[in-house]
Amino acid sequence: MARQGPTTLEDEESCPPPPPPPSSHLPKPISEPPLRLDSFPPPASSRSQSSLENTVPFPLPPRIRHGSCAESERFATSQRELTDADSRVVLVGDPDRTDPRLELSGNAIRTAKYSPLTFLPRNLFEQFHRLAYVYFLVIAVLNQLPQLAVFGRGASVLPLAFVLLVTAVKDAYEDWRRHRADRIENNRTASVLDLPTGRFRPKRWKDVRVGEVLKVLADDTIPCDMVLLATGDPTGVAYVQTINLDGESNLKTRYAKQETMSRASDAHPFVAGNFIRCERPNRNIYGFLGNMEVDGKRVSLGPSNIILRGCELKNTAWAIGVVVYAGCDTKVMLNSSGAPSKRSRLETHMNRETLLLSALLIVLCSVVSVCNGLWLGDHRDDLELSQFFRKKDYSDGDEKNYNYYGIGMQVFFTFLMSVIVFQIMIPISLYISMELVRLGQAYFMSGDTNLYDESSNSRFQCRALNINEDLGQIKYVFSDKTGTLTENKMEFQCASIGGIDYSGGIAPPQGNDKVHPVLDVDDQCWKPKMLVKTDPELVDLLRSKGDTEQGKRAHEFFLALACCNTIVPLVVETSDPKQMLIDYQGESPDEQALVYAAASYGFVLIERTSGHIVIDVLGHRQRFDVLGLHEFDSDRKRMSVIIGCPDKTVKLFVKGADSSMLGVIQKGIDVDIICATETNLQAYSTLGLRTLVIGIRDLSINEFEEWQSAYENASTALIGRGRFLRAVASHVERDLQILGASGIEDKLQKGVPEAIESMRQAGIKVWVLTGDKQETAISIGFSCKLLTSEMTQIVINSKSRESCKKSLQDAVAMSNKLAAPGNVLTGAGSAMNPLALIIDGTSLVYVLETELEEELFKVATVCDVVLCCRVAPLQKAGIVALIKNRTDDMTLAIGDGANDVSMIQMADVGIGLSGQEGRQAVMASDFAMGQFRFLVPLLLVHGHWNYQRMAYMILYNFYRNSVFVFVLFWYVLYTAYTLTTAITEWSSVLYSVVYTALPTIIVGVLDKDLSRKTLIKYPQLYMAGQRDERYNLKLFILTVMDTVWQSAAIFFIPYVAYRHSTIDGSSLGDLWTLAVVILVNIHLAMDVYRWNWLTHASIWGCIVATFICVIIIDSMWMLPGYWVIFHIMGTGLFWLCLLGIMVAGMVPRFTAKALTEYFMPGDIQIARELEKFQNVNAATTSEISMSTLSQQP
Amino acid sequence: MNPRGDSTSGSDGAAEPRRKSKKPRYSRFTQQELPACKPLLTPAIVVTTFAFIGIIFIPIGLLSLSASGQVVEIVYQYDTDCIPEQMQNDKVAFIQSSMTNKTCTRTLTVPKNMEGPVHIYYELDNFYQNHRRYVKSRSDKQLRSKASETETTNCAPEATTSDGSVIVPCGLIAWSLFNDTYSFAVNSKIIEVNKKNIAWQSDKEHKFGSDVYPKNFQMGGLIGGAKLNASIPLSEQEDLIVWMRTAALPRFRKLYGRIETDLATNEQITVTIQNNYNTYSFEGKKNLVLSTTSWIGGKNDFLGTAYLTVGSLCLFLSMGFIILYLLKPRTLGDPSYLSWNRNPDGHY
Repeated sequence: MARQGPTTLEDEESCPPPPPPPSSHLPKPISEPPLRLDSFPPPASSRSQSSLENTVPFPLPPRIRHGSCAESERFATSQRELTDADSRVVLVGDPDRTDPRLELSGNAIRTAKYSPLTFLPRNLFEQFHRLAYVYFLVIAVLNQLPQLAVFGRGASVLPLAFVLLVTAVKDAYEDWRRHRADRIENNRTASVLDLPTGRFRPKRWKDVRVGEVLKVLADDTIPCDMVLLATGDPTGVAYVQTINLDGESNLKTRYAKQETMSRASDAHPFVAGNFIRCERPNRNIYGFLGNMEVDGKRVSLGPSNIILRGCELKNTAWAIGVVVYAGCDTKVMLNSSGAPSKRSRLETHMNRETLLLSALLIVLCSVVSVCNGLWLGDHRDDLELSQFFRKKDYSDGDEKNYNYYGIGMQVFFTFLMSVIVFQIMIPISLYISMELVRLGQAYFMSGDTNLYDESSNSRFQCRALNINEDLGQIKYVFSDKTGTLTENKMEFQCASIGGIDYSGGIAPPQGNDKVHPVLDVDDQCWKPKMLVKTDPELVDLLRSKGDTEQGKRAHEFFLALACCNTIVPLVVETSDPKQMLIDYQGESPDEQALVYAAASYGFVLIERTSGHIVIDVLGHRQRFDVLGLHEFDSDRKRMSVIIGCPDKTVKLFVKGADSSMLGVIQKGIDVDIICATETNLQAYSTLGLRTLVIGIRDLSINEFEEWQSAYENASTALIGRGRFLRAVASHVERDLQILGASGIEDKLQKGVPEAIESMRQAGIKVWVLTGDKQETAISIGFSCKLLTSEMTQIVINSKSRESCKKSLQDAVAMSNKLAAPGNVLTGAGSAMNPLALIIDGTSLVYVLETELEEELFKVATVCDVVLCCRVAPLQKAGIVALIKNRTDDMTLAIGDGANDVSMIQMADVGIGLSGQEGRQAVMASDFAMGQFRFLVPLLLVHGHWNYQRMAYMILYNFYRNSVFVFVLFWYVLYTAYTLTTAITEWSSVLYSVVYTALPTIIVGVLDKDLSRKTLIKYPQLYMAGQRDERYNLKLFILTVMDTVWQSAAIFFIPYVAYRHSTIDGSSLGDLWTLAVVILVNIHLAMDVYRWNWLTHASIWGCIVATFICVIIIDSMWMLPGYWVIFHIMGTGLFWLCLLGIMVAGMVPRFTAKALTEYFMPGDIQIARELEKFQNVNAATTSEISMSTLSQQP
Repeated sequence: MNPRGDSTSGSDGAAEPRRKSKKPRYSRFTQQELPACKPLLTPAIVVTTFAFIGIIFIPIGLLSLSASGQVVEIVYQYDTDCIPEQMQNDKVAFIQSSMTNKTCTRTLTVPKNMEGPVHIYYELDNFYQNHRRYVKSRSDKQLRSKASETETTNCAPEATTSDGSVIVPCGLIAWSLFNDTYSFAVNSKIIEVNKKNIAWQSDKEHKFGSDVYPKNFQMGGLIGGAKLNASIPLSEQEDLIVWMRTAALPRFRKLYGRIETDLATNEQITVTIQNNYNTYSFEGKKNLVLSTTSWIGGKNDFLGTAYLTVGSLCLFLSMGFIILYLLKPRTLGDPSYLSWNRNPDGHY
């Protein structure tokens, strides 16, 4: 992600792998090309400005390695030059003549997929992407052929139609809601400038066109992407909240250009003739490139000059802008794509079993057709006369064959017919049931109060609906560090000023408002919203008014903190009218922390406009002019401001990552200070703090003017502006004097160590991939209990391919030695030491996608913990791919920032944390939640349940449909293989959609083998999912065997009992129908773990419903089975048969279940017993462990 | 309210009252904590279940067996028997010829006292009344009302006569109506055979119309079976109604009539059979069955035997489980059986 805002510190955002530390002994950096202000370096050498990077021997970005890297794409677009071909020209105030080359859409949006006219074809087309549906369609079509008509027309199409209808209704409802939302959205009103009168007139959103000038008032939603022309603020600042766009709730600053600002007072402020040339619409919400011609003068436009649709205008009275992108061209619309669809592992396995079932189906059909052929051949001579076949048709006077096409064709037809009759062997209803079950599971997951995050007020979100059950089989968790393990809420901890460490912070005294950073403004008391711990020594130093050298440094240090940023102070009212809070809003949490720290030390930032800032310096209000600002970018890894001080001096403040700052510090002077600072920096990062180095340089008037003209040139450049601006910045940011360094703590999130411990017990390997430095990463690793002191650390930190290879080989040898069984005996305790692998991004460059990957994989899988530091986003994806491509184990990636997107998309399950760093991770994820620790209830509880439920449901559905098919099959053997079904076709159709559908869904949604408490208490139970315990080939085969037995019981008990009786087909059919339904439901009932009222209602209700349905069907005189159910229910034989079938069918299963549960109990079985018999103890103890997990910081 | 939820919430909600909390509402349903019963297959339950099934099934089996034992059944297979010696080699010719005498008189001995009513059945074997093309070959609409007389879609090849007029009742089923007749005499005294109410009342009332009369029936080139009296409406043609309720299995019985009187042990019954029906062309068998009934239906030892078998198997299993449980006892819910406790070096 190419952030337009000046973020600082660790460069987690950039695609390019970070450069090695500057202290490394590398070839002498190529000296900077002479940078003159009138001649900018040609594009080819643009890279050489960051001199150090040239020595890094890997190809430079943007480079795409693992699929598509959204970041690098965006990164690339924002640097792209505007050529005529890919630009759009907007005439200000003149929508009619705006760029006739383009077909500009109106501002009407359409999120709805279908229109009433296209709904049917499009929806059907989408639904038939599912192969199973095509299968059923083919069968339904086959059934329409007269020779094959097994079912009546209605009955054959009904199941498919039902499934299609349910899905279509669901889609239609969703689409209707989208239509409604679109309509509401399109009919909102905006005020549009009416050129002839010069007034703003209300107009509907959908009628707004590109080129029109709009006025937006405070708290209004912005209707389309517009370039700001003027705002209610005299300096042209507008604040927008982008929560609808990227979920970030802090205010962003946007500017109107001074050139247009000045025209706001004119009567006809924005005459036609001025035009804007800008990029074609694209998805990058953080980038915009364009320029505007105002009265013949060219003004450049950047991302800070545009306000986007969906944002809200805040703290600004009004804003006027010209529409550049409307409707579906707006960035928010271009970004509204759904999550990528993944397929769960269970479903993939299910497809394997579906194929097996298809094979079984073909076997059954072949048996029937071959037998039919034999029978026909056997009775060839009888067929003409036998009353039940009547081969010849005499009705037309001459003899001809009736419905008889020779044995070969008959066999073929029989085969096709048997496919039609046995079609439900492939359970069509399973697909719809699975969808419904997942919907139900998602409902419960998002409704779980344990997954609700108070601080971000976010629930758990299921964005991908088809991989719920994968959560129960995760083997590897890849986690980002910043914002995922940590809160990404930065807190200033310590400072090193002039080489002296000030880290003895004490908390500000509570309740005492008279302490330092409280200001009195018009009888009101203003204070920062948050205060940090202050070091008393430093406070005293500052109070000494900067008499000493060190005091002056400290003074400038905090001044730099207060002004070198893009933070906007907002004054917020509190319930007490006397008291106002200053809330610092900004895009970078690090900057917020620094400004709050400065405020706590008495440098309170009070006001910021684009031209100046007001800082209350130790009680005196001072105004500083902001003469220039170089935003943060990931190449320079620093930002700087040029400040005109009240004493007329011009100062350059720079802050940035230590690696980038130490290179631009003036060497030679203050060597001691630099050394001391470096030592302090080392110490800070060992403590796990994020460090920043602050530098200063006094600019002479000449220097300043030189810079100013260069800056002007660069910022109006049409081609390569970004590059030029960077060059200008790099040019001025040199020969800095070091002020000091800051250490910011990124606090661990609540419950992270406990969560990691739980996951480790659950057999999940946690890998941490971070962009942070190795020291920081290791110390965070220790503090979140990922690393422990008894672990043997393998550190791979190579700068070349060969050394990397060597250290990997060493590591393999070492891990082999430790893992060797002989060693266990001799080495005693040491062999038990878990291993931890620590590898950095530079080494990974030589490993990923080369033959060394295999070595890394070997080492990494032996290690219990893997920590990758300084990794680029694409490398994160590469590491996930490393595991994913080599094992069957399920991977999960969790992260919160845009730099985690590639990893989230690569992993089997991607989880986005809705944290401080925007919503990009969430948008790319399959599931989104608020806190890292929610992984524990998510995986261990919901994942376990989902897996267990889905696995059972799939097996059960296979069983339930094949039992029915087998019953049909046995009967076919007694009908001269002619595929007569005793069971009425309506019962066959209703069987899987009505008679037996609801209980599986209810059980699939609600049943739980173990309670939440038990699952949390014994994380090891999670391993059942990793071992595929609930769904595997063995279980499938056992189920099929059980199916055959049960179907035999259902068929043959009535068959033998009624062999010599007057029973008619329909009666026996009804008996079989009821027997199948009851048996199948009892089978389910036997496996239900928890009986709540819903389970009872659905299972018994279904049996009752079946009786009712059968009665209704038998009340129809036109069906052959008229009234049979009443006749047969009056006989004792019927009931005895039913009872006999139930018991005989269930005895083997019950016996096997009883035997395995008692003599070969699995962990889950024992845990169930624990739950039942040690209820009292377990309840109390696990309650405690639960609450510690959720509440302990 | 959820106690845990309470303790963690609060502070944030108070600080930002404007923001609507999205916190999920707590209910036992949404948190999946509905009160539920958790059955476990404890040894006691397993043993009790098996014993209970055994105890229930064995008496039922005995009752069924005794009920079946009380049924007296005389089965007489006459298809081969009723063909004169000289025609044995060409049975089809015999049965197809209109010249042969098809009357056949035999004597049956009553093995045991048969209390009236004694049901008379004919039993056909190898006759696929459930054959797909046979089962479909009927028109229920036509049978039910005169108005739908022409609805013969499924009836081919017995839908219309060669001149195109509709056959009522149409279809193979009606066409193949069984046409052997039986009459009985004891000591030269004819026994009345009651052929009333052999069909289901529901069929007579609702499936076969009282205004539908046979028409063009058995006029085609091939005669399949019995002819019908064209002056009697279908709803009173009980033989047809019985025949049209197609049998489930290729060997089936159909009710022919009832003898309302008792038959005493060792009584000699003279049966006069009109052997008209052609089962010879497909090697079908024909039986005459005289049988009493009990609550379990006709003679049927299978169900009783099955119940006895299953019942004793369950009792046996129950014993087996008791022994197994005694031999290899296990404390239920003992955490030391958990896999990670069993082998401490296995996992973490």
